[in-house]
Amino acid sequence: MSHQPVKFYQTGTFTVGNRLLTPESRTVQASEARANALNSGHRACQGCGEALGARYAIDAAMRAANGRLIAANATGCLEVFSTPYPESSWQIPWIHSLFGNAAAVATGIAAALKVRGEAQTRVIAQGGDGGTTDIGFGCLSGMFERNDDVLYICYDNEAYMNTGVQRSSATPPSARTATTPAQGAQPGNTFGQGKNVPLIAMAHGIPYVATATVAELHDLEAKVERAMAIRGARYIHILVPCPLGWGAASQDTIRLARLAKESGLFPVFEAEFGEVTSVSKIRRHVPVDDYLKPQRRFSHLFGPQADPQTVAHLQRLADRNIRRFGLLADGDAPERVPVPEQADERHAAPA
Amino acid sequence: MLEQIEGSRAVAQSVALCRPEVVCAYPISPQTHIVEALSELVKTGRLAPCEFINVESEFAAMSVAIGASAAGARAYTATASQGLLFMAEAIFNASGLGLPIVMTVANRAIGAPINIWNDHTDSMSQRDCGWIQVFAETNQEAGDLHLQAFRLGEELSLPVMVCMDGFILTHAYERVDLPSQAQVDAFLPRYEPRQVLDPAEPVTIGAMVGPEAFMEVRYLAHAKQMQALERIPEIAAEFRAVFGREAGGLVRSYRIEGAETVVVALGSVLGTLKDTVDELRDAGMAVGVLGVTTFRPFPAAAVREALQGARRVVVLEKSLAIGTGGIVAANIKTALAGLPAAIHTVVAGLGGRAITRASLARTLHAAVDGTLEALSFMDLDWGLVNRHLERERARRRSGPVAEALLRDVGTVAARVS
Repeated sequence: MSHQPVKFYQTGTFTVGNRLLTPESRTVQASEARANALNSGHRACQGCGEALGARYAIDAAMRAANGRLIAANATGCLEVFSTPYPESSWQIPWIHSLFGNAAAVATGIAAALKVRGEAQTRVIAQGGDGGTTDIGFGCLSGMFERNDDVLYICYDNEAYMNTGVQRSSATPPSARTATTPAQGAQPGNTFGQGKNVPLIAMAHGIPYVATATVAELHDLEAKVERAMAIRGARYIHILVPCPLGWGAASQDTIRLARLAKESGLFPVFEAEFGEVTSVSKIRRHVPVDDYLKPQRRFSHLFGPQADPQTVAHLQRLADRNIRRFGLLADGDAPERVPVPEQADERHAAPA
Repeated sequence: MLEQIEGSRAVAQSVALCRPEVVCAYPISPQTHIVEALSELVKTGRLAPCEFINVESEFAAMSVAIGASAAGARAYTATASQGLLFMAEAIFNASGLGLPIVMTVANRAIGAPINIWNDHTDSMSQRDCGWIQVFAETNQEAGDLHLQAFRLGEELSLPVMVCMDGFILTHAYERVDLPSQAQVDAFLPRYEPRQVLDPAEPVTIGAMVGPEAFMEVRYLAHAKQMQALERIPEIAAEFRAVFGREAGGLVRSYRIEGAETVVVALGSVLGTLKDTVDELRDAGMAVGVLGVTTFRPFPAAAVREALQGARRVVVLEKSLAIGTGGIVAANIKTALAGLPAAIHTVVAGLGGRAITRASLARTLHAAVDGTLEALSFMDLDWGLVNRHLERERARRRSGPVAEALLRDVGTVAARVS
């Protein structure tokens, strides 16, 4: 088995420079032959994590599908910044219908392709966290439950950024948004609310669920590739920092995505048929402060009116993730959650 | 082939003859028998190739149809009542995107109070959504209209809603002449989409459009409906040539020659109306009927021509625009602007209230006698209404309206007439 005895990282990033890799282990993004599915010229903000995530994911999917890919897109930033009439950044067949129906539209496309014997053409649905975890959740769950042959990708920037940074069910506790202001006795978003859609996806027993961040391109591309090698309902949840909504510097997008993972606040893992199959270990464990401090949405926790109790509460959430997902190299194995029977059925007879 | 068959099954078989490629549905009474029959046809392989998708909501049903249609498949769904409202956002989206989906609406009341019986409030609530809306008079026509709907919708790239009265038609067993596959294939060509999601020729569908072009996009949708006004009678004529019977078209009149009073209506009540008119004609009254088969686009010119000579027009509506009166009547009034005819709105049959020949005859007599009000409510129980109004005057906490009325009626809600 070939292995790399010496690791070359870019300073302080844990990112291997492409030049140091063999051509076959380089990323899709590093290839001149990448699809540029979301082409330049779109109107995303400087440092937009979602634009980056979408380009990484769709280019990887394009390679896996040999260029035969159709995407259904929920309403949201990605849709608005990529298709201002009469221009479009999409180099693939792409449809936007509504905010809450991307998964169902994708189901319809997949059904049409199946009937017409065009199974080599693959279908992706994509949306932000609002279009996925809130308004599109019914259609998403339906698509999962039927095990429709769709890869759904959620670009999670943890709030409704397109409408001006309002809270979604993916907004983390204590984060300031336009509808969870940093005011009152418990400033920011409430603890004990929100939902974990990757875990809910796993509870559907679908063939593949993964989380990823835009900080780890190799990992993200590998997960898209893995997902594309499978038929049936698949879900990838990508953390995509939003400089505008998070109140962060645009050059910090990648750094924040990495710190979200390294602090344990955003567990990066993959699961097949309802069972966790791998977790990305934390490589340099950092306290949650390192992740929170560069973001103005958490600024009420620091500074003159510092709130160490809330920071400690967030640290407990990160520690809990680390323990339960087994995120440290020398930590316990991830916990097993009961797997629904549908997972076994689907495992036995893949779609 | 002649069959004694339930309306829903006749529609399902007619739809199947149109070779839909994707059928998706969420169950709601009284639409269920249609999609049950289609699921059976797909499951047994008699309708193939076709994907039948059991979705989690009507919103998803229309959304799956949108995706399928945009990917180039012939897509069909069916719904009713609350289901139509639940998919409203996607209904507008389908027409806005110009996707020729065909949908059956088994017309049913809208709650609250929840009511499963027939009226037209559901379809009427979506009359301006950009879909073509046609109303079937009989089960034969309900089946036949689906053949025409796919033909028309796909030609113009517009979705079509085929409305049929819930229970009255969907659950009635009647003799229906089901066409052969060869006949339908001759009438309905293969679907050639105007736009399709195809990796060989990538397009962006559903881009954001600002003030610079939005009005033009909306106008084009209107212009297409105006084209439909031309094509609907032509397609009905072609249909007659292939199948040898009348179905569809814009409007259909009955004993309208020399009629001083004409009743305008949509759907299955036309049958009862024709019987009533026969009766009254025999008694020497100059009355006739105008059935509006196509409600969207609204056939204003055809309506005006048909009602030219009428002195009185009675619009019989199975829906109520609360706060103003008649929906169909408002359209008829616009069509007859400048003509001397007096126009009466009669709201009837809401929530399954039976529309009897006796009540229709009474209404027509009142119209001829000049005692029919501009807006009236057929067979409304004024005692019940006034009693509740009195209760509300007397007491702030008068309680839920529906429950109070049911107590007054002293019977179970199952009584429908």
